[in-house]
Amino acid sequence: MLGGGAVIFASVGSMLPFERFVRAVDDWAGANPGQDVYIQIGDTEYEPRHAPFTRMMPMTEYRERLKSCDLFVAHVGMGSIMQALQLKKQMLMLPRLHRLGEHTTDHQLHTAARFGHIKGILIVDDVPALQREMSHLLAEPLETGEGISNSASPELIGHVQDFLAGVRPRH
Amino acid sequence: MAGKLRVLAIASGGGHWIELMRVRPAFDGHEVAWVSMFDNYASEVPGDRYYVVPDASRFDKLKMLAVFRKALGILWRERPDAIVTTGSFPMLAFLLIGRLMGAKTLWIDSIAQAEEMSSSGKLAKKIAHKTVCQWPEVAQAEGLECWGAVL
Repeated sequence: MLGGGAVIFASVGSMLPFERFVRAVDDWAGANPGQDVYIQIGDTEYEPRHAPFTRMMPMTEYRERLKSCDLFVAHVGMGSIMQALQLKKQMLMLPRLHRLGEHTTDHQLHTAARFGHIKGILIVDDVPALQREMSHLLAEPLETGEGISNSASPELIGHVQDFLAGVRPRH
Repeated sequence: MAGKLRVLAIASGGGHWIELMRVRPAFDGHEVAWVSMFDNYASEVPGDRYYVVPDASRFDKLKMLAVFRKALGILWRERPDAIVTTGSFPMLAFLLIGRLMGAKTLWIDSIAQAEEMSSSGKLAKKIAHKTVCQWPEVAQAEGLECWGAVL
């Protein structure tokens, strides 16, 4: 169905396990042996059987993998979103749910509501949709926006500068 | 600019650290030391001092004690004039001890908190000199200012 050799980089972030996600991506990799899938699993207990994985990689390698992939699949973490926007990479995301013990709150659903409409981001509700869209987005990639800079808004930078300007050095 | 400060810029691993990196241009002209949770982040801040603390949730008193001990050592060594953090919970140890040692402290609640302020942010309101949010609605509900976002 798909052209072989597409590169998929999947990540649960770095702070908490995400069993449902890792199993879903690994199962997809098993069903699509021609595709090149790599997963950062963090503290997830389940170890992928089909896709190569690491628990956590250095930032430099992470950026390289993100830059060179055809599809980025991740939890709905702001770190993941901002890094992928910076590199103008299409991203497919599954939110962590509080009721399944995947995070301490449901803030990833709130993030999904705020960022789900942005160009280049597709957020899905469940594992079947995630797997379906992995195949779909390789065949028909999302259009990505113009990307973001690598720094905060001038407004925030200015406020923090002003805050620091009001501090008196003590030495 | 009033003068060159010693700034301690601190954040938990993952998104919080990415947020801190995006605030980084605001520290230009100051002497900055960094704190987060993974050794490999040191390569993001070459030439600056970088320290690692363990993660600790609100519910893990033993780990939080370890963070407090680490924070005490780091603050003793760095003597920062100002501490800036983008969260999360363990960083409150630095704000608390740092403030007692005379540093000005700033908590920027995470952009990931789009509906409600984080529980750590609500604690930060009582500890930090200044606590701000990145979403206007969240700031308003807490009686705080929105200073704009990392995005």
